[in-house]
Amino acid sequence: MVQAIVFLPLLGAILAGLIALVGAHGRNPSGDEVEHHGDHGHGHDAHASTAHDDHGDDAHDDHGHGPVEPAAAGSRGAELITTALLFVSAALSWMTLVDVGFMHHDARVQLLPWIFSGDLQVWWTLRVDTLTAVMLVVVTTVSSLVHLYSIGYMDEDPYRPRFFGYLSLFTFAMLMLVTADNLVQLFFGWEGVGLASYLLIGFWYQKPSANAAAIKAFVVNRVGDFGFALGIFAIFMLVGSTDFETIFHAAPGLTGKTINFLGWHADALTLTCLLLFMGAMGKSAQFLLHTWLPDAMEGPTPVSALIHAATMVTAGVFMVARLSPLFELAPNAQAVVMFFGATTAFFAATIGLVQNDIKRIVAYSTCSQLGYMFVAMGAGAYSVGMFHLFTHAFFKALLFLGSGSVIYAMHHEQDIRNMGGLWKKIPYTYAVMVVGTLALTGFPLTAGYFSKDAIIESAYAAHNPFAMYGFLMTVVAAGLTSFYSWRLIFKTFHGEPHDEHHYEAAHESPIWMLIPIGVLAVGSILAGFPFKELFAGHGIEEFFRESVKMNPHIIEEMHHIPATIAFLPTVMMVVGFLISYLFYIQRPYIPVQLAKEQPGLYQFLLNKWYFDELYDVIFVRPAKWIGYQLWKKGDGFIIDGFGPDGVSARVLDVTRNVVKIQTGYLYHYAFAMLIGAAGLITWFMFGFGGQ
Amino acid sequence: MTTWPILSVTTFLPVVGALIVYLSRGDDEAAQRNSRWIALWTTLITFAVSVILVMRFDPSNADFQFVEKANWLATGITYHMGVDGISLPLVILTTAIMPFCIIASWKAITSRVREYMMAFLILETLMVGTFSALDLVLFYLFFEGGLIPMFLIIGVWGGPRRVYASFKFFLYTLLGSVLMLLAIMALYWNGGTTDIPTLMHTAVPRGLQTWAWLAFFASFAVKMPMWPVHTWLPDAHVEAPTAGSVVLAAILLKMGGYGFLRFSLPMFPLASHDFAPLIFTLSAIAIIYTSLVALMQEDMKKLIAYSSVAHMGFVTMGIFAGTMQGVAGGMFQMISHGIVSGALFLCVGIVYDRLHTREIAAYGGLVNRMPLYALTFMVFTMANVGLPGTSGFVGEFMTLIGTFKVSITTAFFASFGVILSAAYALWLYRKVVFGALVKPSLMSMKDLTLRECVTLFPLIALTILFGVYPKPVLDMSAASVQQLVNNYNTAVTAVKAAALLQ
Repeated sequence: MVQAIVFLPLLGAILAGLIALVGAHGRNPSGDEVEHHGDHGHGHDAHASTAHDDHGDDAHDDHGHGPVEPAAAGSRGAELITTALLFVSAALSWMTLVDVGFMHHDARVQLLPWIFSGDLQVWWTLRVDTLTAVMLVVVTTVSSLVHLYSIGYMDEDPYRPRFFGYLSLFTFAMLMLVTADNLVQLFFGWEGVGLASYLLIGFWYQKPSANAAAIKAFVVNRVGDFGFALGIFAIFMLVGSTDFETIFHAAPGLTGKTINFLGWHADALTLTCLLLFMGAMGKSAQFLLHTWLPDAMEGPTPVSALIHAATMVTAGVFMVARLSPLFELAPNAQAVVMFFGATTAFFAATIGLVQNDIKRIVAYSTCSQLGYMFVAMGAGAYSVGMFHLFTHAFFKALLFLGSGSVIYAMHHEQDIRNMGGLWKKIPYTYAVMVVGTLALTGFPLTAGYFSKDAIIESAYAAHNPFAMYGFLMTVVAAGLTSFYSWRLIFKTFHGEPHDEHHYEAAHESPIWMLIPIGVLAVGSILAGFPFKELFAGHGIEEFFRESVKMNPHIIEEMHHIPATIAFLPTVMMVVGFLISYLFYIQRPYIPVQLAKEQPGLYQFLLNKWYFDELYDVIFVRPAKWIGYQLWKKGDGFIIDGFGPDGVSARVLDVTRNVVKIQTGYLYHYAFAMLIGAAGLITWFMFGFGGQ
Repeated sequence: MTTWPILSVTTFLPVVGALIVYLSRGDDEAAQRNSRWIALWTTLITFAVSVILVMRFDPSNADFQFVEKANWLATGITYHMGVDGISLPLVILTTAIMPFCIIASWKAITSRVREYMMAFLILETLMVGTFSALDLVLFYLFFEGGLIPMFLIIGVWGGPRRVYASFKFFLYTLLGSVLMLLAIMALYWNGGTTDIPTLMHTAVPRGLQTWAWLAFFASFAVKMPMWPVHTWLPDAHVEAPTAGSVVLAAILLKMGGYGFLRFSLPMFPLASHDFAPLIFTLSAIAIIYTSLVALMQEDMKKLIAYSSVAHMGFVTMGIFAGTMQGVAGGMFQMISHGIVSGALFLCVGIVYDRLHTREIAAYGGLVNRMPLYALTFMVFTMANVGLPGTSGFVGEFMTLIGTFKVSITTAFFASFGVILSAAYALWLYRKVVFGALVKPSLMSMKDLTLRECVTLFPLIALTILFGVYPKPVLDMSAASVQQLVNNYNTAVTAVKAAALLQ
């Protein structure tokens, strides 16, 4: 069954890819001759593409980019094939969750030997335990809904088969990631989703900003993968295997060992966990490696919902949960995890306060919520982190798809300053967005309420040097989250319309899009309470068993924290809402005034703490400068100057009058070789040969 | 085991083909077409024969197989051929790549077609000979002789600066080959034979090991090429015709790595161990240095050439790590790089044939007109980046994991290549393929023809096959690599133990 879950999306991707390829090839003839008949027939290409460059920085046009071309043949076929296969996969995943979580039928399917060399033995294996089953459900459910949604959202795009192929390819890679039974296969899925993310962010390849964002996403992720790869090497050196079971079995014996890493005698487990966590930071856009995620919003909105909210960015959280037996033995590494998680939760929320692009607000919110999950990981409450991952997938996908519906209604307008009063025009979208916001801010009895409060409680109960820091940051961030989420709702749906033209034309999205967001809205409410006991209550051990490390005392202490602490997040949520209400409904002049009074702070937040500028100065430009200098000075001046060019200049001086330059070198060369061979042979025949 | 000299047949069939091309005189259109077809069929038949080698090869046997021995020159110098798990994959790589080279030159070469095809066929013989020679003198002749046709290919059919490029090529290789010749003499002096299998089991005094190692190193490092003797490669690639670049990147560069595996490690284990830190340093520098340089290139071929140097850095690093994964990974990386870089040069050749420029800035937005090309180029770009699931990953991963056990620092710095390769490869792809199609000269570009698909699609299949299921290649070389690693470690630990006793 798990084979079907994993490989049906791959099948869909291949079929859609073939349809896309056949269609694309049909439109673009083969030939290796270049005709020079002017470019009359292709004027529309150039026209369409220049038109794309006109959009300003804030209002990213998000839709309908390709040249005005008829849709590729078989578009509908590709859509239906991939979507149907995904739904089958999702249904099987839910069955698997029941089968594994409650019936305890864990599975491990060896498919094919992969890298075999000496003691390095890596298999392609599908592993299903409860942790995996939860992820299977999240991935396939959101993915199938996003597929369905995209049928509506992408209806004007001529390259739909390619889009659906990429989506299914992503799903396949993500499923390989979550079913991995060893670190190398995890890495395969890890980079595979990176590839799919790269392709989807750059889906509208005529847009320079989309291309730049795609490369940025891939390269920044590679920085994280650099650490991940080193972590794998370190594990292999310590354990001699990359299989999870072997590693977990050997892990307790590794405590106290040290590795000499660049002259630093580091504790082996701490170092390994930190290196692996570096990968998680890249993929989950944690503080310092977060810069790619907001830019990734250049991709089509369904992509943002699937990849940059619900699934791929949570891979880092999943990885830490999967490796929880290792992290549990490295308390210092856990402290670092908690520090970065808490910092990100706060940091991203502050930026979210002032952004004006609807998708970027949700993106920073995602970043912040991922920080929450890492706080739980650092606290040792792995199942609680997974709980938030699970609920977050529903309400964040909902918020993204809802935003997509707004953008669709507003004809590709993304700047919330140009919106307002939309609730009358698109009441259904409004309703589901409010549900999503309630869940995100942790309104009682919605999904986010249970998982987020559990995280804050776990931070409070944790025995970690950064526990108090984590607790404070997450509580503050809860208030900020509430503020910016309601700000989004108020500025988008309430108040006066700011763009009459777009407002008048606004309309509710097609049914393809409304069904998935409806389903997700239901999920945003229902994903909390029924699962509370399984993820954060007394049912954990029964449900997760061996798949994640348990800390019963943390869960126990979480249930016995003071009532004031337990209410704190809810209070913060209400405060955030009230301030937001005051700022954007009651007295809309306050935020403007505030921005004028505090220009430094406002610019600091608006420019995302200047991280992009900082990285440009300390990494990008020096790398280019060094590259250029090494090329011109290193290769050109020093190596060539003192090597071949210098030598040749001297040789030329001597031989200029003797040999014709054009043919001399070949002649010389052959001659030298002949002399060499002749000399050698002579030597042997007359020197030694005679003996 | 075999009744006919199958290895010699594989080696010398191309020369027979070259002879036929030579005999079919004439310079008109028909003669040109004939020589193309003769060359293609020769390479195909050679490949078919080499497949027999694979089928009859016993991968569990670490020793040389298909051995042929005949008296040749004087005492101790014989015509001795044979392959083991280290050379056979390279032989197959050679015979497999050659038909693609011929097809890639089908239309691009219009002048002196006969001579061109002859040069390629002779080159094939010399390359296969290099990998299967089991006598030092024979090896030397093949190894150095192989440069002459390559030299001609660059010098006659190359670009505008071909003279400078071939000149540089000459200076570098001359230095290396003269030193290697001296070392070969010294080895003969020491062992009384030039028979490679015998020499592999002959103890070489420590002092001689050091000098001989350095002499061989000079030759192989240039071939590899290792930093800082790499500057001939970008120039040679830029000036060479497409098929020349393919052979250069896919096969000629592998001779250096093969040399290290065949001579340096087994014959001079102690010197190899002593010099391993040097190799590690040079490899790590090569990976970071050339990746940074690649970032700033303006010429497509130069960029790929620099990335080749970086990838060869992984090979040398893995080989001298002396661990099973390191050596097997270096071996695999050579095969993988042969496929991927060869294919990348073919990709460049395809747009070069249409627009006659390799300048990156002249392109942009090709995906709008050439979707098949975009897909193909994407696959090889990703393989170049080392994405898991492509063959590029397996080699990089194995060499790094093998090196990490020996030198964490080296593996650490080499891993920066993972980040930098993504940066330069994706940057190239974006500049050439993505973006809007606005340049008027590109408006009439057309997609891959059937001929071009024939050259590229099998390579795509291999890249992905070996990325997902590298076992055929790894198994083929496993026994020989294991034996090599065991002997190396035994020699090194014996010396260490002796040093401890004193």
